[in-house]
Amino acid sequence: MDIFLQQILNGLVLGSIYALIALGYTMVYGIMGLINFAHGEVVMFGAMVTITVITTLMGMGINLPGPALVLIGLLVAIPACMLLGFTIERIAYRPLRGKQRLAPLITAIGLSIVLQQVAILIWGRNYIPFPQILDHDVVTIFGASITKLQIVIIALCLAIMAGLLLMVEKTKLGRAMRATSQNPAVAGLMGVNVNTIISATFVIGSGLGAIAGVMVATNYEQAHYYMGFMIGLKAFTAAVLGGIGNLGGAVAGGILLGIIESLGAGYIGTLTGGFLGSNYQDIIAFMVLILVLIFRPSGLLGEKMADRA
Amino acid sequence: MDLNHLSTGKKMAVFAACAVLLAVLPFLVGGTLGNSWVRIIDFALLYVMLALGLNIVVGFAGLLDLGFIAFYAIGAYAYALLSSPHFDIHWLFFFTIPLGAVLASLGGVLLGTPVLKLKGDYLAIVTLGFGEIVRIFMNNLNAPINITNGPQGVNLIDPIHIGGASLGQSIELFGLSFHSVYLYYYLFLALTVGVVIMAWRLQHSRIGRAWVALREDDIAAAAMGINIRNIKLLAFGLGALSGGVAGGLFASFQGFVSPESFSLLESIMILAMIVLGGMGHIPGVILGAVVLTIAPEILRDVIGPLQMKTFGRMLIDPENARMLLFGLAMVVMMLVRPEGMWPSKRRKAEFRHDREDAAVQKG
Repeated sequence: MDIFLQQILNGLVLGSIYALIALGYTMVYGIMGLINFAHGEVVMFGAMVTITVITTLMGMGINLPGPALVLIGLLVAIPACMLLGFTIERIAYRPLRGKQRLAPLITAIGLSIVLQQVAILIWGRNYIPFPQILDHDVVTIFGASITKLQIVIIALCLAIMAGLLLMVEKTKLGRAMRATSQNPAVAGLMGVNVNTIISATFVIGSGLGAIAGVMVATNYEQAHYYMGFMIGLKAFTAAVLGGIGNLGGAVAGGILLGIIESLGAGYIGTLTGGFLGSNYQDIIAFMVLILVLIFRPSGLLGEKMADRA
Repeated sequence: MDLNHLSTGKKMAVFAACAVLLAVLPFLVGGTLGNSWVRIIDFALLYVMLALGLNIVVGFAGLLDLGFIAFYAIGAYAYALLSSPHFDIHWLFFFTIPLGAVLASLGGVLLGTPVLKLKGDYLAIVTLGFGEIVRIFMNNLNAPINITNGPQGVNLIDPIHIGGASLGQSIELFGLSFHSVYLYYYLFLALTVGVVIMAWRLQHSRIGRAWVALREDDIAAAAMGINIRNIKLLAFGLGALSGGVAGGLFASFQGFVSPESFSLLESIMILAMIVLGGMGHIPGVILGAVVLTIAPEILRDVIGPLQMKTFGRMLIDPENARMLLFGLAMVVMMLVRPEGMWPSKRRKAEFRHDREDAAVQKG
């Protein structure tokens, strides 16, 4: 029972981070029908920039409490990633809008390679450690342990996601975003500046990605130029699981995927009689993805789509 | 190819010239640039086979596959495990290469069956997942039973033997010494020609036409009586077949396989070959595969020395610069010339049509 609860808790931490990234995928997909393959790299840049800012500050002898340093790092990383997201859309996706579907996909993959290589140029190929400024004190809940930091991560993710949902539901920008995702042409006729809305979507998604990147880096206490790829893929899976284009679905899908993955990693050994171990954890997300697409391609909360291209 | 305006005699002359050139190519290259470049050409031929296989799936049938390298991996591991001291099995390549191809082909059908309903990006992401699943298994199937030897990979793989002669060693023939890379060149060339003929014949067959119909409009195709399910599975199966052959050849040529050779990046590389060359157009795909295999090698030779000369030290390591340029090329190419370097006439027209449509919408 302890293991079960422990894996659920681990899954919640992982899942809330997936959910935050999944929002970026699902917003872009909802509006443009495009998988932004470079989103994972934006997440990675968020982590890297924050670590750099913190190490630089510490190197300058500025001794602030850990959370304050992380906050300063975020204040640099979030705008930086937003700018990155904005640039990506402007340079690579906007000229291809309305073209054959394969072209933006190839561009997205090309961009993701470029961003990884740029990260190598700046930060090298090695793991970059996250400075040990946050306390990883363990709290025990019914025999399962979780760090305070992880509780903060979960709470923060939920708060941000609630904020975003509220924004999309209540504000004018949110309404324009929903209108654009329904039908860009008609939204344009109704006076919505579609280009601005699409840019805004990329900017907001990238900002969320930056925060998620920092959370990953603090949780694992390291960052790496390749970290964005796998986590991006899983976040996309989460978006599909919840129903792509659906914000609430992305949140539900992210948390569910995190929990499935943790439980899977914890029990796969017992289930297969020791044949498969926890090193197969990464397979679980793909299996979930395939199963969802076979049995419920519209996702858990998605609308039924007759023909999803 | 745009040879239709030539007379039959001239066509034959062009083909004869190409044949002669291909026959003496290793001597030309080996004599001037050294045998390491013959080796690179051998790899280019392997990539041509892979690209032609993927072109059947993506170019002909319009099914976006980001996990194609898995079939290459299946072919390579089938050969490696059946022709190495790892299990101490040393079967003949006459048996192992076709076996690898069939296994890869079955893998293709296995992948295709559950995802029959998916198209476009969704299919891309699921196939990507399939490729990763295969790689993760190869990486981890060394415990509790050691099947793939895990991340260390399988080494000491037998080279291909033909009639008692091993292609892994130099052979003296007619007073000429044929280095191993030359021998492999001729074997690869023969099989590449085979794959080209297969792809060519398929394209102009009923199946090929059905693929085009499927690519352009699957609902209309189904309405015309095409069995969409079978025709999709056939595309996956036949595409994977040449991937499996190339994989087996790769294992024998390299003498070593490990999961590292079958990463997602390789799948993307092969897709890029097709797209940058000219999707669906066999000569374009061949051009794309050759250019993308050889260009990075030339860059490797240029980037390092160039930096030493201008800056006096290495600012960017060649591998880094190579991948950076590769990624940039993908982006720029899509923006500037999305139809590829050498598109078929028809596809070129389609893209021009697209552009006019977009212009009308903007104006």
